[in-house]
Amino acid sequence: MSEVKKIATRQSYGEELVELGKEYDNLYVLDADLASATKTGIFKEAFPDRHIDCGIQESDMMGIAAGLASCGKIPFCSTFAMFAAGRAYEQVRNSIGYPHLNVKIGATHAGISVGEDGATHQCLEDLALMRVIPGMTVINPADDVEAKAAVKAAYEFEGPVYLRFGRLAVPVINDRSDYKFEIGKGYVVKEGTDVTIIATGLEVSAAIDAADLLAKDGISAEIVNIHTIKPIDKDLIIKEAEKTGKVVTVEEHSVIGGLGSAVCEVLAENHPLPVKRIGVYDRYGESGPAVELLHKYKLDGEGIAEQVKEYLKG
Amino acid sequence: MTNQELAIKANEVRKGIIEGVYNAHSGHPGGSLSSADVLTYLYFEEMNIDPKNPDKADRDRFVLSKGHCAPAYYSALANRGYFPVEDLKTLRHVGSYLQGHPCKNDTPGVDASSGSLGQGISVAVGMALAGKIDDASYRVYTLLGDGEIEEGQVWEAALFAGARHLDNLVVIVDNNGLQIDGPVDQVDSPYPIADKFRAFNFHVVEVADGSDFDLLRGAFKEARDTKGAPTAIIMKTLKGKGVSYMEGQVGWHGKAPNEEQYKQAMDELTKAGEALCQK
Repeated sequence: MSEVKKIATRQSYGEELVELGKEYDNLYVLDADLASATKTGIFKEAFPDRHIDCGIQESDMMGIAAGLASCGKIPFCSTFAMFAAGRAYEQVRNSIGYPHLNVKIGATHAGISVGEDGATHQCLEDLALMRVIPGMTVINPADDVEAKAAVKAAYEFEGPVYLRFGRLAVPVINDRSDYKFEIGKGYVVKEGTDVTIIATGLEVSAAIDAADLLAKDGISAEIVNIHTIKPIDKDLIIKEAEKTGKVVTVEEHSVIGGLGSAVCEVLAENHPLPVKRIGVYDRYGESGPAVELLHKYKLDGEGIAEQVKEYLKG
Repeated sequence: MTNQELAIKANEVRKGIIEGVYNAHSGHPGGSLSSADVLTYLYFEEMNIDPKNPDKADRDRFVLSKGHCAPAYYSALANRGYFPVEDLKTLRHVGSYLQGHPCKNDTPGVDASSGSLGQGISVAVGMALAGKIDDASYRVYTLLGDGEIEEGQVWEAALFAGARHLDNLVVIVDNNGLQIDGPVDQVDSPYPIADKFRAFNFHVVEVADGSDFDLLRGAFKEARDTKGAPTAIIMKTLKGKGVSYMEGQVGWHGKAPNEEQYKQAMDELTKAGEALCQK
C-alpha cells in the first residue's frame, strides 16, 4: 500500500489564504506573533502589505479586526485556538459577534494534538465556546482538501466564521474530483449498517481507521463527517441515526459542548436514542508527541474501535 | 458654532440624558453628564458627519468605548438630527433601538457596538488602521472613561496605535475622577494618565476643563495638526456636571433620578439654558 499523504490543516489554511489573496484585495490576515506557526507566514511573504502582525495581544487583534471589517475589509484573525476562543472569547462575542461583523477567525493548534506544549496550549473547549455565540458559524475541517475549501467558503460567506485547524499532519482523505464543500452540510464518508460514527476534524480519518478495525470483528460502521459544527446538519444526523439506530460521536475536544453535545441536542429533540460521545472526558490534556497522546486518549482508530465495541455491547 | 451655541446644545444634550435615564429607571447619568460637552463638540463642530447619510463612506468615525454613557451619546445623536429627540424616552425599553449600551446594528449613527470596557478603543484602532490602508481622509475618535483605562486591553490597543503611528486616531479620556467603587485614585489609580499615553508613543494634550469649548477647540486642532502619532486628549471633567446634586457624587454613576429629582434636574437645566440664551 502506498504511503498516505499527510498535511496539517494549518498549512492548508496558510496556502489557501495565499490563493484567495491573489484574487481578493480586501482580504487581510492578522496575526498575534505566531505567523510562522499558524502558517500565515506564507501569506505575509506573498502580500506583506495585507498582513498585520498585532504582536502578542489577541484581545486587541479581535477588536482591530472588528474595526477593519466595519470599514469593508475581510480580516482573517490567526492565532492558536486557545487564545482565539479562550483568551479573546469576550472580544469575539461582543466586538465581532454582537454586531455580526464579517470577521473570520483561523484558529490553529486546536486539541491535544498540539502535543508537547501541553495542557495550557491544548484547547479542548473552543467548539463549545464558539458554538454558543449567536450567529457564529463554526467549521472544523477534516483534511487538507476540506480545510482549503472551508477557508474559501468562509471568505465568500457574509458574517463571522470560526475555523478550527490542527498542528499535526493528518491523512488527506478528500482528494477526489467529486468532493464538494458546503457550509452546514455534512456527508456520509462510508456506508455501514450497525453503527453510525459521526466525526469531525482529524477524527474523521481516525474513524475511518476504526471502521476498518471494526470490520474485522464483523461490525459494519457508517461514518459521517460533520465539518460544520454550527449550523449543524440536522437532517443528515437524524436520517443516519434512523438508519442504524446506534450513534457515536468522535471529536478531539471535550465531550462537553462540542460535536457530541450538538448531535445530542438534535437527536434529543427529533429522534431520541442513546448516544456515545467519544472525546476528551472533562479533563486537561498533557505533554507528549501528538500521535502518542491521541492513542492514550483513545482518539486514534484503535481507541475509537475499542470504545465503539463497548458501546455496542451495551 | 460659537461657544455660546455649543453650550446651548450641550445643555440640550444634558436634558436628553436626564429624560432617557429617568424614563429608563436605570442607566448612567454621572459619566454621561461629564462627557456631554465633548460629545456636543464632536458632533456639532469637529466631526465630518451627515445625519441624513449616517453611513457615508468618508465620514469621521466615533466609538464610545465607555459605552455605559450611551445616554449622552444618544442625546448628542438625536440633537444632531440622527433620530427624534422624543425617542430618547425609550432608552433601555424592550424593543427600543436605544439599547443600554451602543449597538451598531440598531441605532443610526452608531459606528460600533461597545460597552464592555476596553473593547471600543481596539475597534477604533482597527477603523483608523483601515483609514491608513485606504489612504482615506476620515478621522477616528474614541471616548474612554478614566476607570475604563484600568482594563489591560486599552493598553494593548494604545501600544499598537502608537507603534503604527495612527495619526488619524484621537483617544479622549473623560477624567471625571470617579468610578463605581469610588475615586479612581483609590480604587486602582490610573495616574499619571498623560505620561502613560506618552510612553505609548501618543501625542498628549491635557485639557484642564473638558467643558471649556475654547480648550476643546484647541485640543482637537492640535490633534489634527499632529502627524506621525495618535493623539490622546486627557480632559479633566466633573462627574454629573449640570445637575447640582449629581456633581462630584459617585453615587450617581449608575442610578436614575426619582420623579422629584428628575423635576429638579430638568428645572436646573432649563434655567441654565435660559441663562445661556440671554448671554
